[in-house]
This record gives sequence, structure tokens and C-alpha cells, in this order.
Amino acid sequence: MAPILEVSDLVTRFYTFDGVVHALNGVSFDLQAGETLAIVGESGSGKSVTMMSLLHLLPMPPARIEGGSALFHDDSGTIDLLKLNRAEISRVRGGRIGFIFQDALSALNPVMTVGRQIAESLERHLGLGHEQCRRRVVELLEKVGIPGAKQRYRNYPHQFSGGMRQRVMIAVAMACNPKIVIADEPTTALDVTVQAQIVELTQQLQRELGIAVIWITHDLGVVAGIADRVLVMYAGRPVEIAPVDDLYDHPGHPYTIGLLEALPRMDAAGSKRLISIEGSPPDLMAPPAHCQFAWRCRYAFERCWNEVPPQVSVGPQHHITCFYDVNRERPRDNV
Amino acid sequence: MSEHSVPPAPGSDVLVRVEHLKKYFPIRKGAVISRLVGNVKAVDDVSFEIRRGETLGVVGESGCGKSTTGRAVLQLHKPTAGRVFLEDTELTALSPPEIRRLRPRMQMIFQDSYDSLNPRHSVRKIIAEPLVVQGVMPADKIRDRVVELLELVGLQASHMVRFPHEFSGGQRQRINIARALALNPDFVVCDEPISALDVSIQAQVVNLFEDLQKQLGLTYMFIAHDLSMVQHISHRVAVMYLGNLVELTRRDKLFHDPLHPYTQSLMSAVPIPEPRLERKRKRIPLQGEVPSPANPPSGCVFHTRCPLAQDICEEEPPPYREVLPDHWVACHLADGRGGSKIAVEEIR
Repeated sequence: MAPILEVSDLVTRFYTFDGVVHALNGVSFDLQAGETLAIVGESGSGKSVTMMSLLHLLPMPPARIEGGSALFHDDSGTIDLLKLNRAEISRVRGGRIGFIFQDALSALNPVMTVGRQIAESLERHLGLGHEQCRRRVVELLEKVGIPGAKQRYRNYPHQFSGGMRQRVMIAVAMACNPKIVIADEPTTALDVTVQAQIVELTQQLQRELGIAVIWITHDLGVVAGIADRVLVMYAGRPVEIAPVDDLYDHPGHPYTIGLLEALPRMDAAGSKRLISIEGSPPDLMAPPAHCQFAWRCRYAFERCWNEVPPQVSVGPQHHITCFYDVNRERPRDNV
Repeated sequence: MSEHSVPPAPGSDVLVRVEHLKKYFPIRKGAVISRLVGNVKAVDDVSFEIRRGETLGVVGESGCGKSTTGRAVLQLHKPTAGRVFLEDTELTALSPPEIRRLRPRMQMIFQDSYDSLNPRHSVRKIIAEPLVVQGVMPADKIRDRVVELLELVGLQASHMVRFPHEFSGGQRQRINIARALALNPDFVVCDEPISALDVSIQAQVVNLFEDLQKQLGLTYMFIAHDLSMVQHISHRVAVMYLGNLVELTRRDKLFHDPLHPYTQSLMSAVPIPEPRLERKRKRIPLQGEVPSPANPPSGCVFHTRCPLAQDICEEEPPPYREVLPDHWVACHLADGRGGSKIAVEEIR
């Protein structure tokens, strides 16, 4: 399988009046064609900033991308997303890379019918004519499960419920047959029954159209159901990347272990006390000179306070950024 | 209304009893001469009781009336009808000054830890405020009490001079908890207290809630939409749909043996953090969307979306009754022998 997207050493900083925020400190990962990669982390871990850096969606200034590359492979060759100029990236966004945001109400234009909003990207990227556009939009609306698509074409976003609006967003994202769809917390604002519908719809379309999906979320329950691989982020760095079964069965990074232990389980009796990760995420204003998780890590030893840990492989496709071997309960010697 | 529609007579262990609680919000039209054109039935005939020392979880999707119920129980919203008892005192019959005298016994914790703290007040002033307002303590004792409360919720005395913006979300929620506990309440309504927090911080705050309950013998009404967290912290869980209480039972029964079709669908939609299990799970999908609470369906409010709906469901509201011991359900088909079970295999 060939990767469709290869991100390496992405560094993004925000230059604010109070100081420099080190939002991303070397993010690397790849995405295979057709797979679902989940990016998990708490607020401020850099999961959204990663995606917004790739697509030039950050306001600059204050943001600045200070290093790294993002190679996007496609039938017409390889391009570095970070090196594109404004006109070039806008041809990629919404065309070959689709986007689903968390808040559909503010992501959609309130004074434009949903039909027009979907047609807009079709006209722009595929150059379809008016009548062709209309037919394709109705087809898309039907595909994402909006009843009465022909009539709904002329409706405005406020006339849809939250779940239906998220379906419209999916239609916009999928309109131009993208290779990659990036979904940034697409179900966080929705109720669980609606969330289940949206998850199912996305998976079904993904299988049908062979799209690779990057699903950004903090919900490890949703991740368990949809992901092929999972990337866990903490303080602007990937701390663990692994196939989904591996990650839940043998989490290798103390932070991942903590996250999984902190979750209550519906199917368990629920009487066990949750094991929490003490402390709170670090201040990103201070440049990282050692492992950022050391403050909250129950395994931290001297080396963790002196060096930034490199990424080590612990299995096929399973990489961890940590000096400590949790399974053997001692520091790794091969790092 | 059937004879079973009210929970059993209060035993000595019942702290809060709610009978046929209703809260309607009027819809008015016309700018000059406003006239009533309808009611949003946010809470429509809800009865339950909360036992001393227990946590009653209340779950449901947005707009189901769970927060309104919590507020109406505390008389923050004046109920349209129904009665609420705190032990033997009927709160709904009291005048505002009398309610105010009872306030120390019942407190509330809100979701948004930032909006519920005055940004211009120091933590000391925030936590001392209930003590000052109720005048329960001489002024020179208040500082010691604030220190004691801060330590109780896992903060330090030195935090007293700081302001809300200097704290993280989890710490702010601890300040809210300290303020709610200042007057030694018996009963605390927690309205989505952990929804805005990150996973690792949620666990810290949930553990704090549990510790405080053991230490101080608190009784919680815990309102949230995160079902797995509610199930973890609660002894019993109430499920609401469109202003109605559809099911109330022990937490383990609710997940493993839900009787109401809505609860069954809800439980099937909650993701489980276990990939092999989660990929195989069958959802029970619901058709359509939640109807408007301004114009709820006739009969059983869930009949428009229920895969098992019969003629009777459309005509008559189902009685809320104890189908199995300590398992209350509002469904015509629930008989405790599988009458209201949706066969997952037949769904798809």
C-alpha cells in the first residue's frame, strides 16, 4: 500500500504578544489510501492545528509554519502542501482534500441555500455547468440521506437539524470525489444516536468511494469503532501511533495508558474507581527541552527531564515517543 | 393516570421526592398585545425520588428536559404544576424567603465553570459568598472555612488570592464545587459538571465527586449527556425523552437489560472503547427526529419513532409504573418478560 499523504517534522508556532506558543513540535505521520487514521488528544494537543497547517487555514500572523513537509501523492504526481501558494492550495482544498468541521452551523454560509453551497465547489473544482451541478447536488443530498433532496436543495442551513446539517457538510466534503477527507471533531456537538448515524454514513461513503479519512476526535469510544490506525498527540507531538487493536490491547506510552484507564466503560459494572492522570497539560509557551509528559508521568525518571525522547518502534507500524518500556518495567536501552 | 403512577410512599431514606412535576414555557406572539399561542412542554409530568446518599443520574439527548427538571427541583424555575419535597417539606408550597432559608441544604453546580464564577472576584470572595449571604458564620471564621473547603476539593490555601482566569477548566470546576459545599448541603444538583473538560481531567473531577459523597454523605442529582460517565457515577439512572421520564432503574440493569425501546436504542449508540467489540456492535437506529416539545405527539411521546409502536401507543399515554422491582418504565409493551425488547437481528 502506498501512502497518499506523508507529513514529516511539522513545526507550527504562534507569535502572540505574550510570547511564542509552540503548538506543533515536530509532527510526523503518514496516511495510506483508503484507510481511517484517527488523531486523538486533549484540547491544546495540536490535533486541529496539524490539519489546519496542512491546508493553510491558520491565520498568519500570528501563526507561522516553521518547518517540515507534507507530501501529497495523487495520480498527477507529488506535491508538498506546505510549499503551495494561495491559488494552488485553494485548488486542493475542497477538491482533492475535503473537510468536515465540528460546528456545521458556523461552517456553512447562513445566507446561501445548501444547494448553492455544494454546487459552488462543483463549479469551482470540476467546472460543471449549472444544470449538471444541480443534478449532482440532488444526487449527493440523497446519498447522504437527506429526505426530499429536491425540495431541500433550496433550504437554508438554519432549516436543518444539527444532524442533517452535518450530513450537508459531508455532502460538501465528498462533492468533488476527494482522495482525503479530514473530519475535525465531526460528531462532538451531536447527541449519541445522531453521532452513530453520522459515523455510519461516513464509513459507508468511505468504503464506496475509497476515500482516506483523517478523523480528529477526543472520544476513544468512537475511535475504537472507526479507525484503522490511531495517532495519539500530546503537547504538539505525536506520542504514539499504532493499529487500533494494538493501541487498545498494548498501549505503550504512559499517556495513552492513562487515557484508556480514565474512561468509564458502559459494559463493565462501573463500580471501579477511575484512574486519573494527575496534573494538567503543560504550558506551550515554554519551549520543550524534555519530555512534555514527564510532569504527569508515573514512570518518569532522570532522562525524561533532560532529553526529548525520539520515536521508537515497538512493533510493525507501532511507534512510541518514550524512554520507558512499560511492559518490561524499565527504561529502554535501545534508544 | 393509573394507580401506579407515583413512586411508593416515602421511606425514611428518601431525601427528595418529585410528584407529577411539569414545567411549561409559554410561547407568546405579538409585540404590543402579547397573547399565548402555545407552550413548550419542557418537563411534562415527571415523578421520581432520590434516596439519601445516592447519586441519581439523569440522561437524555439535548432538549429532553433534563436540565429544566434539575432546576425545577431546586425551585430555580417555578414549576407549572406538581410537587417537590425535600424530606417532609414541600418546596413547591413555600414562599421565596422560606425557600431561601432552605437553600443551604440544596445547591447546584453548573456546566460552564467559567461563566458561573464572577471574573472580578477572587477565589476567596467567591467561596465565601454563600457564607456571607446566608450569615451562618462570624466574619473572622470565614477565612478558615474557605481554606478548609479549598483543601477539601484538592486546591491550596494559596489559591485564595487568585482570580478565575488564572485556573484551568478542571480547577475552576473544583472552585465551583467548593462554593456549592460551603454551606454543608445535603443535596447537590450537578448539571453537566464535566462535559466541558478533557478526558483525563474528567476522571479527576468524577473521582472528587465520589470522594466527597463518601466523606460528607452527599446526595447527587447528576445530569449529563455522556452516558458512560453517568453510568459510572450513578447508583440509579433516569432516562428522559421529550419532557417525559421513560425509564428509571439501577445502573447495571439500564445497560444490560433496558426495557424502554428508546433506552435500548440509546444504549446501543454509546460507543465502547474496545475495538473488537465496537466494530461488531449492532445499533438500533431510530427513524426521523425528535418532535417539537411545543407540539408533542399524542399518546406515548415516543410512538412516532418507536420500531414496536402499536395502535394503543398512539392513543393513550403509557403509565409510568414499576414493571420489575426497582425498575420503572413508561411503555405499554414493557411487561418484564421481553415484551418491549427490540430484536436486534431483525433490524438489519
